[in-house]
Amino acid sequence: MHDYDAFSFDSKAEMLEKSAHYWNPDKTRFWSDSGVDLVIDRREGYLLWDMDGRRLIDVHLNGGTYNLGHRNPEVVTAVKHAMDRFDVGNHHFPSLGRTALAEVLVESAPAGLTKVAYASGGGEAIDIALKSARHAMQKRKIVSIVKAYHGHTGLAVATGDDRFAKLFLADRPEEFPQVPFNDLDAMEQALRGRDVAAVIMETIPATYGFPLPRPGYLEAVKALCEKYDALYIADEVQTGLMRTGELWGITKHGIEPDILVSGKGLSGGIYPIAAVLLSERAGAWLYEDGFGHISTFGGAELGCVAALKTLEITQRPEVRSMVHYIADQVGAGLRQVQAQYPDWFVGIRQNGVVLGLEFAHPEGAKYVMRQLYELGVWAIFSTLDPRVLQYKPGILMTPDLVEELLDRTALAIGRAAADPALSRRRAS
Amino acid sequence: MSDQPQQIVTAPGAAGHVLERARWAARAYASYSASDVDRIVRAVADVAHAHAEKYAEWAVRETGFGVVEHKVRKNQACSRGIVDTYAGQDFTTPRVRIDDKIVEVPRPAGVVLALTPSTNPVATVFFKVILALMTRNAVVVSPHPMAKECCHDAAQLLARAAVEAGAPDGIVQSIAEPTIPLVEALMADVRTNVILATGGTGVVRAAYSSGNPAIGVGPGNVPVLVDATADVRAAAQRLVESKAFDNSVLCTNESVLIAEEAVADQLVREMERAGAAVLGADDAQRLRDYMFPDGRLNVGVVGKDASWIAQQAGIRVGARTKVLVAPFATAVPEEPLTHEKLSPVLGMIRVPDAAAGIATARAIIRIAGAGHSAAIHSTDPGTVMRYAAEVPVLRVSVNVGNSTGSSGLDTNLAPTMTIGTGFVGRSALGENLQPKHLVDWTRIAYNSDPAEAMPAYAGRSPWHDHHTPVPAYPRPSNDERAPRAQAPAHVDALIDRIGARTASGGAGTGDAAFREQVRRLVVEELSHLIKG
Repeated sequence: MHDYDAFSFDSKAEMLEKSAHYWNPDKTRFWSDSGVDLVIDRREGYLLWDMDGRRLIDVHLNGGTYNLGHRNPEVVTAVKHAMDRFDVGNHHFPSLGRTALAEVLVESAPAGLTKVAYASGGGEAIDIALKSARHAMQKRKIVSIVKAYHGHTGLAVATGDDRFAKLFLADRPEEFPQVPFNDLDAMEQALRGRDVAAVIMETIPATYGFPLPRPGYLEAVKALCEKYDALYIADEVQTGLMRTGELWGITKHGIEPDILVSGKGLSGGIYPIAAVLLSERAGAWLYEDGFGHISTFGGAELGCVAALKTLEITQRPEVRSMVHYIADQVGAGLRQVQAQYPDWFVGIRQNGVVLGLEFAHPEGAKYVMRQLYELGVWAIFSTLDPRVLQYKPGILMTPDLVEELLDRTALAIGRAAADPALSRRRAS
Repeated sequence: MSDQPQQIVTAPGAAGHVLERARWAARAYASYSASDVDRIVRAVADVAHAHAEKYAEWAVRETGFGVVEHKVRKNQACSRGIVDTYAGQDFTTPRVRIDDKIVEVPRPAGVVLALTPSTNPVATVFFKVILALMTRNAVVVSPHPMAKECCHDAAQLLARAAVEAGAPDGIVQSIAEPTIPLVEALMADVRTNVILATGGTGVVRAAYSSGNPAIGVGPGNVPVLVDATADVRAAAQRLVESKAFDNSVLCTNESVLIAEEAVADQLVREMERAGAAVLGADDAQRLRDYMFPDGRLNVGVVGKDASWIAQQAGIRVGARTKVLVAPFATAVPEEPLTHEKLSPVLGMIRVPDAAAGIATARAIIRIAGAGHSAAIHSTDPGTVMRYAAEVPVLRVSVNVGNSTGSSGLDTNLAPTMTIGTGFVGRSALGENLQPKHLVDWTRIAYNSDPAEAMPAYAGRSPWHDHHTPVPAYPRPSNDERAPRAQAPAHVDALIDRIGARTASGGAGTGDAAFREQVRRLVVEELSHLIKG
């Protein structure tokens, strides 16, 4: 019997059966078929426990949502305390929480971003960003990257991979042209007609396995945007919040974007919230019709409290220093593992604690993911490039946990390298 | 076990992250070489020394305690002075004891939580930071709230100097806004490896109750015996100077003068000549009433000068009076003048002979100051020996002012701002605090059977030099300046090139072994990088 107060299940098997029956049959089956029978139960810091009690180190973090760890005690305390006074709030009116958070976000952001609009999640925030760009530029086209991923809402999904857009007949290639990543000629080609409202870029495309922008690429894209009068939207959902060793990854490139989007980790993993930071130009609609985008839960005041505490923690000088130590240690540890399996573990893409590990097999990351899971580490393959494992240590990881993670990772990579199924397929 | 309980993390929010950052820094610093450490310690000591005056003035201004010129001397002694004292000693290089077949490998404490007092603020910051850096520890300074501004500023200065000299980021930190609950939380936190508690009894007891290793020291209440064999004039001059030093805020300043009757009158005259005012019975009573209302020390006198105190007490003395000497008759606890005064006020009692003097000193220490210090002015080694054996203190300074004597500034004791009071003084430390107290040694011990030889260890060190910032700035891995793995594939290419040049050597069958050996070396090198 698994009793969770509000509900209970007799067994994990019963739970999985109901999950398939009432909730999502394909997703439930997908993980069973993948050899990952995970039902997340207890969670604390960077640790998860499956329903059957197995402990896992979480380096998936649900895309950075748990950047500060699961149930970060400081965020939990702040939100609990806030619940004595606040609730979701009323989006029609000037709001205490939304205003306070907006001020902190603007202060934290690259120069030129002066306004904040709120969403209940990253997809909605991307929609706001795209709508803002279209309004400001009075143009429709949005250029994104092939294999981009910016969420699943109406406009966001159209910027992404076909897989999700076509499923719901939401692909609109004429309005949402895509160009290959790291290809400046293609980018210039797409912008040359001056009919593009904005280019949207993840600073490092997560779901594509964190391929790194070639040095100078993003800077050149920004310059092209200026040349052809398009806005630059920095999707910092996965690269923001100190994950690259600076609060916003885009500042490492010296870029001042016209729009910056944050989500996931901004919530502290406790209360959903996402935010769009807008320049005066991009946020012009906020002067014209403040009711232009309405979102009941967007910027819910409890979420604002969670985000304020998250930003306070994240911006501590001590935390910035810790992230640099973690990145250094993880990078060095992985390079050592790579030196042992150079033909199998063929690449490390790293910027801070944003990492993609490349393996010499089209689905290599799935094998490593399974071995890691067996060895008590949860990391996920890249949906749009399953050669690459997303490997995302949290920014508050302790030295001992980092060491343990590296030990387990080395073993898992070694075991995957020796997987007979894999060598058969590789040979064929 | 997978379900082990979380370790005890008690420091809240940002303060906890100070400890966490210190932990990373300590791990990194523990791999630094002796030459790295020497470079860092010198840089920090130099910058501290260069700012000795600034912080002496600031400390007096902020706390109202002490004398600027004397604090300058302490700040200098606790910066370059400490470095000079331990020059040539290193707490980094493994020590080989060939005859014992033992090799000792240093293992720093880790994160040192350094509590510093209000009376001796910046000198103690300098002292503890430099000790920690000498022994490859990270240090978090938690200053007394009365001295927090000067101490925090000084700690920041040292932190910058350390990092500029190549120390890991976060190796020196300090708490800007210390409060009692916060300090208690820092002390109890599992991320603190050792507490250095200098301060009042309360904070020292709290340190020992925290559950973490602690080096706390008890209060002083220094008796000084002048016997009939002493050079009375020299004793008087040293006494007055020592008692006036930094307005007597050190725990090593003399508290009670015990004078053998035969030389007492001469001693009084010589002390007056040296700048003391020896009070009559009425003035002594006025002083008691002012300094010990309700029998407890009026903290308003702490670190103030003698003429100011006399004026407050309603006593007329010369403007240049350095020390007030207040005679009293019985060494019992209800006599306020037997207690610690932390001001240039010296109690004085006459005794018929040296034996009575020793008994009186025992009585003084029974009241307070066990395990701390005592002084004696005598030329009779028999008396000195009896005094040391019978008075329960751990240092007896002879024919020297005790303030700079027991603290090692004018004796060859280890110069210190932290005086261990030992078991008798409820402390884990019986010596003057010094670098060796902040480092453990892992001992490699070979079979003592002569048939089992210990190979040569001389010159072996597991540490390596550091020349770049630690940690490295997180550059993207496709940035040419980012650190890179030398993959064995590259090693093979390298060996091929070397092989081509040395083909006449005839690699042949040895080639695979050679490659393997080089691979292993590369992996070892990489593991150094990781631990770095």
